[in-house]
Amino acid sequence: MPRLPSPIPPLAVTAHTATSAAGRGAAAFTRSLRERRSGLRPNDFSSAPLPCWIGRVDGLEHEPVPDAFAAIDCRNNRLAWKGLTADGFLDTARAAVQRYGAGRVAIVLGTSTASIGATEEAYRQLGDDGGFAPRYRNFLLHSPHSLVAFVQGVLGTTGPACTVATACSSSAKVFAQAERLIRHGWADAAVVGGVDTLCDSVLFGFNALQLVSDEPCRPFDVARRGISIGEAAGFALLERADADRTAPQLLGWGESSDAHHMSSPHPQGLGARLAIAAALQRAGLEAAAVDYVNLHGTATPANDAVEAVVVSDLFPAVTRASSTKGWTGHTLGAAGIVEAVACLIALEQGFMPGTLNCSEPDPLCGPQLAQDNVDRAPQIALSSSFGFGGNNAVLVFGRGGRA
Amino acid sequence: MSELVVRVAGIGIYAPGLTGWPVAAEALRGGAVPESTEPPRPAPPLLPAAERRRAPDTVLYAAQAAAEACAMAQADPAALPCIFSSTQGDIVITDYMCSTLATAPRELSPTKFHNSVHNAAVGYWSIATGCRAPSTAVSAWIHSFGSGLFEAAVQAIDDAGPVLLVVYDAAAAGALRSTIPFDCGFALALVLAPDAPDVAGTRVRLSAANTPGAASEPTLDWARTLRARNACADSLALLQALAVGEPATLRIDAGPSFALLAQVTP
Repeated sequence: MPRLPSPIPPLAVTAHTATSAAGRGAAAFTRSLRERRSGLRPNDFSSAPLPCWIGRVDGLEHEPVPDAFAAIDCRNNRLAWKGLTADGFLDTARAAVQRYGAGRVAIVLGTSTASIGATEEAYRQLGDDGGFAPRYRNFLLHSPHSLVAFVQGVLGTTGPACTVATACSSSAKVFAQAERLIRHGWADAAVVGGVDTLCDSVLFGFNALQLVSDEPCRPFDVARRGISIGEAAGFALLERADADRTAPQLLGWGESSDAHHMSSPHPQGLGARLAIAAALQRAGLEAAAVDYVNLHGTATPANDAVEAVVVSDLFPAVTRASSTKGWTGHTLGAAGIVEAVACLIALEQGFMPGTLNCSEPDPLCGPQLAQDNVDRAPQIALSSSFGFGGNNAVLVFGRGGRA
Repeated sequence: MSELVVRVAGIGIYAPGLTGWPVAAEALRGGAVPESTEPPRPAPPLLPAAERRRAPDTVLYAAQAAAEACAMAQADPAALPCIFSSTQGDIVITDYMCSTLATAPRELSPTKFHNSVHNAAVGYWSIATGCRAPSTAVSAWIHSFGSGLFEAAVQAIDDAGPVLLVVYDAAAAGALRSTIPFDCGFALALVLAPDAPDVAGTRVRLSAANTPGAASEPTLDWARTLRARNACADSLALLQALAVGEPATLRIDAGPSFALLAQVTP
């Protein structure tokens, strides 16, 4: 059994942004959340028809990356660029690189499929020799690290730069990895986040596993029929707490493995419980202190059943818990950062988003499940992300300026 | 400047001509030149028989090296946090996915799809060993050995206990051969423990290299050749130092502009 960790000093989240079908940048995402406006639409993306709903970001087809990065231009890096330039994040991150030095800002980003869409394209246009056409003959373009290479190139850093690719927990785990680097003195700040884009691999792959709904996803609804796949880019800048005492804070993180099954969660959510316990332990908090939980809440029958029981077992009745996947779709490797940003929005804007498309909650849900938005300002928010391979990550955030 | 001081408590390897640490160590000390052809599919002892039959090659290579390293370290695999690092994950599955999607997308195999995630190998490993400790799957393109070593050492120090590092890549397959230069499989595993007087194993002190320079190469021709065939063979300079058992200072690339100095003291 994993050892229980010691509390860690909090880090300031001095900037954050998310771009998804629910809006470009935090302000647009906030408006969608407040107005309960879903970004999902009928699938108009896959190379062959597939009856499902998707969370697609408009305009990427006509918005290439800057010329210097043309060799690794692809939908994923286009979305990364669109996400980086929202909310002034790029300028803030560049200022941090200037302030701390290029070798002292780490980059840790999560992705599940990275630029695989470009590899799929290459396979649809093979040359006469059976190999890739010249435009696609770039090794890095077909590597999971293409995203980090792009962002590192844009920011010009020379310190640690790493891709985390643990499926749907990827861009939650980046907070843990970056926090360790800062606490152990290997960086003074870190750009964390993640990007995943729509591609045939995930649309037809999840369809083959019979996990895709033919209607907009309905997290925690008793009649839920599976996920709606989305795409997103999100980033956050982490610095030591004294950099900005008014900024929201990363208070804790927890990681665990289910040791159960490649594509189904542990039936009692054992791994999820271990990760929640470790995250609260690092934050020095009891479960009772958590005001808001942003659930993984994919709307698959299995995930939501397990998660409903875990939440109702662990948290008090006054805690509010919701899934925001009805707004964004399941953005896979970007889900961790998108939902971290949803938590930061809740802490900064003083409301808790409910759950879209959940008209009749599964009876397994406890009183914590929020269908409607709640107009109450949370002090502590927790976000859960679970991935294939039984890979779990949980983050705890606190409102800025707390006593 | 920060330092990470760890002991290499266990080593496992599965690569052309290097089908286990005793064989590899002998070759790295200047023994007979190892075979350069791909070894047979390994049958890692900790994977259930059914998984050994159907798991992708990368899972078998990774699990074979991991099992050997855990046995040498006398460590319980169920208790070790896992850091798996790979440039590309399973290229054979990527080739299958992309060629199927280009021709008959609705015929995609659900099993192949869930095996296509970058964390498939660490997923299979944690399931087979009953490991509920944190596990991660990272990549840093052709610097995945150095980057994985760095992350594993940070986790060992942070967790104040041993961790399992596995670095693996497969040969390129199908149309990806035109673009990815790997032509053989290679897996390496290390059990790294925080340095302490009662911990066995060679001490490795990692610090950031603050000046530009070239990564250390192994001194043997066959090892340099292997290094050009698979990025994980970047590990051979460190492995040679561990095999020879004399003090050495190596430079290990962990990114395009981030390198580690590894001071090896047997």
